[in-house]
Order: sequence, then C-alpha cells, then structure tokens
Amino acid sequence: PPAHSRKDWIGPPDKHSNLRPVIFYVSPEESPLERRLREARQEAQACDQCFWARHNRAFHQEKEEFIYSRLKAKGLEVRDETGQKATLNAEEMADFYKDFLSKNFRKHMQYNRDWYKRNFTITFLMGQVALVRALRWLRWKKKNV
Amino acid sequence: GLFVWHLKNTGIRQVPCRFVHLCRVANDRLITFQYFNFLKRMYVTQYNKDLSQRAKPKSDSVASPFRELQQLDQGKKVIHKIRPISPVHQPLSETSSRNELREMKSAAETDESVTPVRAESKEDRQWKEMKLRLDDLPGVLARLSKIKLTALVVSTASAGFAMAPVPFDLTCFLLASLGTGLASCAANSINQFFEVPFDSNMNRTKNRPLVRGQISPLLAVCFAASCGVPGITLLTLGVNPLTGALGAFNIFLYTCCYTPMKRMSIANTWVGAVVGAIPPVMGWTAATGSLDAGALLLGGILYSWQFPHFNALSWGLREDYSRGGYCMMSVTHPGLCRRVALRHCLALIGLSTVAPVLNITTWTFPVISLPINLYISYLGFRFYRDADRSSSRKLFFCSLWHLPMLLLVMFTCKKSFLEKEDKGDLLGGNHGRAMEIRLP
Repeated sequence: PPAHSRKDWIGPPDKHSNLRPVIFYVSPEESPLERRLREARQEAQACDQCFWARHNRAFHQEKEEFIYSRLKAKGLEVRDETGQKATLNAEEMADFYKDFLSKNFRKHMQYNRDWYKRNFTITFLMGQVALVRALRWLRWKKKNV
Repeated sequence: GLFVWHLKNTGIRQVPCRFVHLCRVANDRLITFQYFNFLKRMYVTQYNKDLSQRAKPKSDSVASPFRELQQLDQGKKVIHKIRPISPVHQPLSETSSRNELREMKSAAETDESVTPVRAESKEDRQWKEMKLRLDDLPGVLARLSKIKLTALVVSTASAGFAMAPVPFDLTCFLLASLGTGLASCAANSINQFFEVPFDSNMNRTKNRPLVRGQISPLLAVCFAASCGVPGITLLTLGVNPLTGALGAFNIFLYTCCYTPMKRMSIANTWVGAVVGAIPPVMGWTAATGSLDAGALLLGGILYSWQFPHFNALSWGLREDYSRGGYCMMSVTHPGLCRRVALRHCLALIGLSTVAPVLNITTWTFPVISLPINLYISYLGFRFYRDADRSSSRKLFFCSLWHLPMLLLVMFTCKKSFLEKEDKGDLLGGNHGRAMEIRLP
C-alpha cells in the first residue's frame, strides 16, 4: 500500500491460512480508544493467522500421510507410471475426514469461543470509535455554524 | 446470458490449450468447483455460491444453484442458436467469437471455468484499500444479505400466503413479503458476520464481502439491524403480531442457534430445516392470522424437503467441512445422512397425501404430485444405496426443481374456499328466498 494512504489496506488471501492480511493505518492523532481498537484488530489477526495456518498445514500433512498409508496398504505406489500422484476417491477419504474432524473438535470449540469474543469486542470498539467520531464531527459543525 | 457475458470479456480471449488440458486432467472436484465458479461469473452482479452450506431458505444456497442451473440451460440454448449462423457473411469478429464459442462448447465446463477464475484471481492478488465506495455499496449489501436466497425465502412465504384459504389481500401480501425479505436479509448478514474466518477457508464462501474486507463488521451489523428492526416491525404492526413473532423467532433461530451449532453438533441440520420451514408458515399466518393445520403442513413439506436437498449437497463438500471444523452428518455419520435424506423424500409423499385431508388442496394434488415425489424418492434411494458423488448430485439438482414444481402444483390444486362458501350460500340463499316468500 502507498505510504501516503490514510486507510487500512487488505491483501490477497494467505497461502496457508486463507485469511486476508490487513495493514492498519496508524494515524498520528490516534486517540487511546482508537489505539485499543487497532491493537485488538492486530492481535485478532495474529491469532487467526496462527491458528488457521497451523490447522491447514496439519490437515494437508495428515491427509498426505493418510493417502500414503492407504496406498501402501493396497500395495500401490504413491506415484503411478506416468509420474502422477495417485489419489484416493472421495469414499476412501471419508474415513480421514471423519477422523480429522473428531480429532480437532475440542480445538475448534476453543477457537470458536475465542473468535466470537474477539469479534464482539472489536465490533463494539468500532461502534464506540464511530460514535466518538460522530459526536466530534457534530461538535465541530456546531462550532462552525 | 452466456453469449453476452463472453462478448463482454473478449479481452481474455486466448485461453491456452495447455491450461484446458490441465483442467481436464485435474481432480474432478476441482473442475466442479471451477464450473460452479464460472456459473457464478455468469451473473453480472454478485452471486452467493452457497453450495457448501445448507441450502435452505433463510440459510444458504438454495437460490444460487437453482439459478445457476437455469442460466446454464439458457447458455446452452444460446450456443445452439449461434451455431446455425450462415457461414457466408462472416466478419472477423463474428468468426473469432464463434470460434470462441465452439472452443467453449468443446471444452465445455473446463474452458469456461478457466477464464473467469483467472480474471478473478488476478484481481484477488492485489492489495486493496479498505474504503467503502458508495457505488459498490448496493452490490456489497446484496451479497451480504444473500439476496438470491432471500428472494427464494420470500417466494416460499408467498406460497404460504397463496395457499391460505382466504380472499387474497394485495396490501397484506406485499407487506408480508417485504417484511419477510427484510428479516431474511438481517439474518443472512448476521450469519456472515459470525462466520468470517470459516468462510475464508471454504471455496464456496471465500468471496463474501466481509471476507474480502469490502465492508466493515460494524457496518454489517448496522445493516442487519436496519433491515431486521423495520422488517419485524412491519410484520408485527402491518400484518399481525403472530407473523412478526415468527419472523423474530426465525432470525434468532438462524443466527443464534443454527450458526453456532454448525460447529458443535450435527443436530444443526434439523434446526436449519425448521428455519427453512418457517417462512411459508409466516406467509400463511400473514393471510389468516392463525396457525392452522394448513400452515403446519406447508411448513412440514418444506422441512422435509430440506433434508434431501442439503444432505445431497453436503456430500460433495466433506473435505471443506472437515477442514473448516463444521459438524455435518455427511462427514461424521454418512449412513445417517443418506437414511435421513431418503426418509424425508418418502415423507414428502405422505405429506402431499395429507394435504387434501386437511382441505387445503383437492385430491388431484397427491395424484399429480406423485410422479415428482416418486422420482425424488427414487433418487433418494439411489443416493442411499450408492453413496457416491453422482447420485448425490442428481438428488441435489432434482431437489432444486422439485420444490418449485411441487408448490406450483399445490397452488393449482388449491381447494377454492369459494366452493365451500358457494355450497353454504346455496343453502343459505334458498333458505333466504324461502324466508322472503314467507315474510314479505
């Protein structure tokens, strides 16, 4: 994002976490409330990024291991004659999906709780900031009129 | 549709054959997703690909796949029409565009899916300023409120209104439809507000406005409130309090029960089915002001319909659900998933038979609806037995046309309340006339 920009910028989805990173604009006249909001958003972004990157990486890794072990059990090689990666069909993968979901259930529960809390806090702070800004603007208008 | 869109995008003409080959060789699922992505692009505006989440009114995806299918048919028709253009008069542009069409037709879905995906991904890779542009706002809000799904919800509510055995009141109908639509917009917006990181990780939902940062969460909540409050107020004051209460309850059920439950237990499917069943009940109560057996029957029909629809849909999305942490029957209890779908297909036959018993329709309704109900039950049975991708897709696409057709047939077989009244009048009239004779 350009240096002179006074807005936040959002980027393309991250390769691992699929979340879009945001670069926050730090205003020189940032009020304490606005700073709290920005820091909350940065912290939330970091938490989400960390969680999903790790989670997705684990998913892909475990999926590869599963495919490998299943292929081995069937007596097939990972790559067939043409050099293509052999895959299992959806029905065979179903066991893996079920397993993965149940293994990560508690992790998801914890993340859900945190996510809802963070989401509400950030939105509430946004509301406060917006309200303060609106009042400031009204006061400025009254002064000028 | 298809033709026009393609001409508009003639900038991206050259699709390298290599890429097409790659797509052909690629995973079947990838092609399907891209195919659906392409169908998404066919819409000039936004499009909610709600295939992965529940496809039911007031939740997700019903509208999109249904419309997609329609558009696809139109597209195919267009292609067929263009071909027989006489080869005599051929300006260069026509040839190239026809070549493109031929290329498209031969490569079918893969080719089409490639172009829009590439265009989209180029745009995606750029950093964007997080500023809300006013001219973008209508599009963003439409996507936020899942406008196409909302339209379907409103149409099921209208069906409920139309089936009620009372004289048709246009004002009431319009107010009820508007109120339901606003309530649905509010519910959908809150749903998206709650699901940002999960939506980012699923192919179907990764282009939603909050995920892309096109709108701030605060604005999304304000929009939801500014739709929900007037919507429910309109229903309560402009129609009747019962409808308003149902609307408010449905918003609560969808946002506070179904949405969190999706990540906690497979029971979310049943809750979601109730969410989908309530709009026609609302339509009925808007017309009559009371919760009759007829309202419950209509709700029951929609409730049962949700299961073959959603279970078939979710069968193809197991990977995304598993990775995203969604507790869906198709992942954790696949046998149950298929059993429930079949069970409810059969229930639809039963419910259609109950309709004339409750005096909502004539006896022609179960007879005429039997073929389509049997067909969906057959597909449900195939899904139950085969448990594979093709049977799930067949069942899903069948459910898309099955519901509108069933509701249409129901409406045409509606037992006119005038019939009953006429009989009553006849007797009363005779009596009256007899009275008149006696008492001058």
